[in-house]
Amino acid sequence: MTEFIQQLLNGLSLGAIYALIALGYTMVYGVLRFINFAHSDVFMVGAFLGYFLGEHLPHGTVGGGLLVLAGAMAGCAVLGILIERLVYRPLRGGPTLNVLITAIGMSLFLEYTGQLLFGATPRSFPPIFPNPVFAVHGLIISMNQVTVIVVATILMVALQFAVYRTKLGTAMRAVALNPKAAQLVGINIDVVISFTFGLGSALAAAGGVLYALNYPSIDPLMGVVPGLKAFVAAVLGGIGNIPGAALGALILGMVETFVDGSRWSTYKDAIAFAILIGILLFRPAGLLGRFTAEKV
Amino acid sequence: MFSSSRLLLALALAAGIAGCSRAPQGIKIGEYASLTGKEAAFGRSSHEGTVLAVEEANAAGGVLGKQIVLVTEDNQSKQGESATAVKKLIFRDKVVGILGEVASSRSLEAAPICQEYKIPMISPSSTNPQVTQIGNYIFRVCFIDPFQGTVMAKFAKDTLKIHRVAMLTSVSSAYSVGLAKYFKERFLADGGEIAIEQKFTEGSKDFAAQLTAIKAANVEGIFVPGYYTEAALIARQARELAMTMPLFGGDGWEAPELITIGGAAVEGCYYSTHYSPQVDTPIVTAFVARFGARYGGQVPDAMAALGYDSAKVMIDAIRRAGSTDGAAIRDALATTKDYEGVTGTTTIDKDRNATKAAVIIAVKDGKFKFLESVAP
Repeated sequence: MTEFIQQLLNGLSLGAIYALIALGYTMVYGVLRFINFAHSDVFMVGAFLGYFLGEHLPHGTVGGGLLVLAGAMAGCAVLGILIERLVYRPLRGGPTLNVLITAIGMSLFLEYTGQLLFGATPRSFPPIFPNPVFAVHGLIISMNQVTVIVVATILMVALQFAVYRTKLGTAMRAVALNPKAAQLVGINIDVVISFTFGLGSALAAAGGVLYALNYPSIDPLMGVVPGLKAFVAAVLGGIGNIPGAALGALILGMVETFVDGSRWSTYKDAIAFAILIGILLFRPAGLLGRFTAEKV
Repeated sequence: MFSSSRLLLALALAAGIAGCSRAPQGIKIGEYASLTGKEAAFGRSSHEGTVLAVEEANAAGGVLGKQIVLVTEDNQSKQGESATAVKKLIFRDKVVGILGEVASSRSLEAAPICQEYKIPMISPSSTNPQVTQIGNYIFRVCFIDPFQGTVMAKFAKDTLKIHRVAMLTSVSSAYSVGLAKYFKERFLADGGEIAIEQKFTEGSKDFAAQLTAIKAANVEGIFVPGYYTEAALIARQARELAMTMPLFGGDGWEAPELITIGGAAVEGCYYSTHYSPQVDTPIVTAFVARFGARYGGQVPDAMAALGYDSAKVMIDAIRRAGSTDGAAIRDALATTKDYEGVTGTTTIDKDRNATKAAVIIAVKDGKFKFLESVAP
């Protein structure tokens, strides 16, 4: 029983990190109908920003940790906006495929620029938050896991608020619904899209810092695997749907953790993806997604 | 558009021609190594040792009256890249012999190509037995995993005095799977018990699930036959789960990153490897001094020492063969006998392996500490 609850906790913290990345994929898809493959590398840049900030701030304090988190998020928000402004915007209005391929190019650009700047050797991420370990009835709870779950929950609630309760959020949903009509009622599409990229990238940065906190070895290619998993989570939950991305991420994190802890750990990814295929067979638009015919 | 692409083509051609004309004359030895990526610490160490050996040989007049040119290709620690790197070395650079790799999976990738084109290859530190079974052009200058597995099984049983262990193996690494198998065979034969076997795939960072399962199995130690990045992360996550038993592994742990990433978590952990700079023999002391002088005071680890020995053995074979013909060098390599290297005496046996002693290293006070030497 203790083992089961322990695994539940492990799965929850892994799922929370996937969720933070998945949200960025799903928001950009919702607004622009394209998969931003460079997103997983913004996640990596977030972890590295956290690393460099963390080196200069006192370790193991809540204030310092939050400062690192905020700094990384702000830095990546700027990066996300810049990527959209310089790379994707000139291609807007063209075939979606062009943007998609450009996104892959952008992803590789970030990865290998990272290798050039940071070197390819894994670095050890500093312990920016205090990390005492609690034992409750044989259950081991590390503060890092709690930090991940708490920070991710707060950010997701804040996101929900931003999207549903603010003017810019309403504009974002309007653009997602129909960009042309949104423009006609006076919404500045460029601002909304910049906002979406900034928000998504900030969440990816938070995910990067939290991921590095739990798995403290970072390298320029660290985003590839979590990014892929988060993308899967976003599809699983219904791409374009914000609560769906969080739900999909949580399910994926749980499944991976439980398979990893069992005798079939070798087949972790196979089982996770088999479940994905199974769900998509019965719900082609994902768990919470609504199926809409693609406008031509 | 058209003219600019033409210009580019012309520039590329010019650069290519200029590149060719600048290529130095000499005997070319190829090296493929993981200079970047996940196992970069291995590749860099091994490369530094190799470079030192070549420089020393050149300072002493080279081989067959010519200077030796080392051509190095980086495989980025990635699957698939080693094959490309070795093909490049053979066809473009026309090397006479090839050195590499540390990781067995990547040596296994390159070896069939070297065998096919009859270019002798020496792996400095791949310990999986399959590597040299690829063919008669593939050699190594280190011990193999059946020996290393036995050494660690005996060490766990006799020195650590533990009977119930868990294994955490990387399923996508030939090295990890092989070492786990040989450790298990010996440990069971000695009356030990493997309570639980958990697995992960290369590049994983989250081991909490596997460790939670191991924790529930109540073991006295965990055998982690993987590489240093994973071993360090596993140690950290185990300590976070309040698991205090010793972790131990093989030569894949041998890198300073084990301690920089693992921190206090790897304290009291053990691994077996090929050599320790703390071994007090004249040949090792002299090597440590020369290496330090060349690389700004760095202390050579086992990968550097094996990289050095592999290059020395290759150069020695070219000298004895008296030619740069692949078959002649192969024959000379096969008859390498009592070659005094930094990592011990190298004699190539009929399976093209070297039989050598192992050393056991403990992590103590944030440093690697030589514990004991185990003869074959």
